[in-house]
Amino acid sequence: MKDNIITIKGVNKWYGGFHALNEINLEVKEGEIIVVCGPSGSGKSTLIRCINFLEKFQEGSIIVDGIELSDDIKKIRQIRSEVSMVFQHFNLFPHLSIIDNLTLAPIWVHNKSKQEAREKALQLLDRVGIRDQADKHPNQLSGGQQQRVAIARALCTSPKIMLFDEPTSALDPEMIAEVLNVMIGLAKEGMTMICVTHEMGFAKRVADRVIFMDEGQIIEENQPNAFFNKPESERLQLFLDQILSK
Amino acid sequence: MSIFNLKQPRSAPSTHTGVLGWLMNHLFSSKTNTALSLFSLYLLYLIVPPLLDWMIFSADFSEKTNTECTRNAACWFYINEKMSLFMYGLYPSEEYWRPNLLIAITLTFVLAVRLLKHQIYRHKVTLSLFVIYPFVAFFLLYGSDFLGIKIVETNYWGGLMLTVVVAAVGIVASFPIGIFLALGRQSKMKTIRWLSIAYIELIRGIPLITILFMASVMLPLFFTEGIDFDKLLRALIGITLFQTAYIAEVIRGGLQAVPRGQYEAADAAGLSFTQKMFFIILPQALKISIPNIVGSFIALFKDTTLVLIVGIFDMLAIAELATTDADWLGRKTEGIVFVAMVIWVLLYLMSRYSKTLEKRFNTEH
Repeated sequence: MKDNIITIKGVNKWYGGFHALNEINLEVKEGEIIVVCGPSGSGKSTLIRCINFLEKFQEGSIIVDGIELSDDIKKIRQIRSEVSMVFQHFNLFPHLSIIDNLTLAPIWVHNKSKQEAREKALQLLDRVGIRDQADKHPNQLSGGQQQRVAIARALCTSPKIMLFDEPTSALDPEMIAEVLNVMIGLAKEGMTMICVTHEMGFAKRVADRVIFMDEGQIIEENQPNAFFNKPESERLQLFLDQILSK
Repeated sequence: MSIFNLKQPRSAPSTHTGVLGWLMNHLFSSKTNTALSLFSLYLLYLIVPPLLDWMIFSADFSEKTNTECTRNAACWFYINEKMSLFMYGLYPSEEYWRPNLLIAITLTFVLAVRLLKHQIYRHKVTLSLFVIYPFVAFFLLYGSDFLGIKIVETNYWGGLMLTVVVAAVGIVASFPIGIFLALGRQSKMKTIRWLSIAYIELIRGIPLITILFMASVMLPLFFTEGIDFDKLLRALIGITLFQTAYIAEVIRGGLQAVPRGQYEAADAAGLSFTQKMFFIILPQALKISIPNIVGSFIALFKDTTLVLIVGIFDMLAIAELATTDADWLGRKTEGIVFVAMVIWVLLYLMSRYSKTLEKRFNTEH
């Protein structure tokens, strides 16, 4: 039995009077693939953004790889150097070339040499299939290519955990597959991943557990098979009907 | 079998093409438009012919003295006569080579940076030029006993040279300080944020003329007698303090226009605040702010004429000073028109340069 790499205990978060996260408990083991789904506004993005402290929470605790999250900026940066994130809107740095996008954090946060960072970056670009675009700027690439660059950028720092915040939602339909394939490849290599996504095919194929959230709470949590075939709560049933009949 | 005769395309109606079409579309498209156009034409008729007549057609170009200029129009030899005054003020004529050399050095620097465009060490060269340049400029213009360059006190400086010095120092010094203030205003540390806000709002609430007065009249009162630092230096400090607040606000606008995702991506990658700002946010914010930054610098350039109230002779003040020459009485208009033209050309170049910069950085968004 592997150890927990992420432990979330009794986390509560409010935006003003709005209860965004309600008593969240979640444990993630090393190498596990978790898919989080739920209607918009259910708090799923907020939850994974709490893990690398892009969002603050008011109650509870999150422990990542033995480090407890707090306001201490050193600890936050330590966690962020082990946890990478891929965003819905890619958030590549538009003024930097692709290769500079990838090597920035390794050089300045992880003190890698330029040479070393560049080699690793090219290797990763090769892996996501866009090595030949290394010297272009992000706006010269398609959405799918940009998201693959973003994944390569996230991998560049050799993270232990990858967080995906709706990585395919902003993509044109024909580009979704290329991004999902990269993610599936990662999952098979044993990366710990938490993905907020509505790609149920992806969930069925690689997820170890699927989590359904609504109104800031975790409503249901199960193996994909049981999750999709025998949903226990009515709300999940309703959600699955809507999303699968699309 | 039928035969089709291909119809030749007809040319567009004459009211839609060429000069006539343009006029119809832009000047006479409606009744109001027509009225406004005619009114503007009338105004131009009132202004332009007499102006051209005064400036060119009736003007005296070759007459060498004021008395020879008998026609009721411009006497341009006056400008010729006073050219060195307009350019250098009272700077001693045997030292004119110094400002001239500085211009040559400046142009060489600019050219050198241009030529090094694709070199790897371009940034280092540019940076070192930026560090060395102010010292070169200072020792050349002011002089130094140590280097054996004759000292020219700043009360002798004047004219276009002084205008450019004041504007350039104001621009170069206010830019970095403005960046820090803009960052300070967004800082999470309350003391720094409040200090920045207080400074910006205070300065923006005071006219430049007041700041210049403060710097030149009030400031010496705070020092013990005998300590008196240079009048020009005081004006320069005043102008820099003033400009800093405006640049800070312009850059703050740019900082706020950078999408939140950029801040988040930088944070998520584990960059520190300084790294985030320096590598990710500022380059984008500055790019967005270019038009406003240049606009603010153009305003500063025009504001430099205010230094005349603290007894420093910029180009406009020189136009005034030159009228005291008994040989050239009544030629003030020529001087002012000349100054206006020079300043317009310089400012126009600045705004063209801003356009070029925008295009060069326009790689994204």
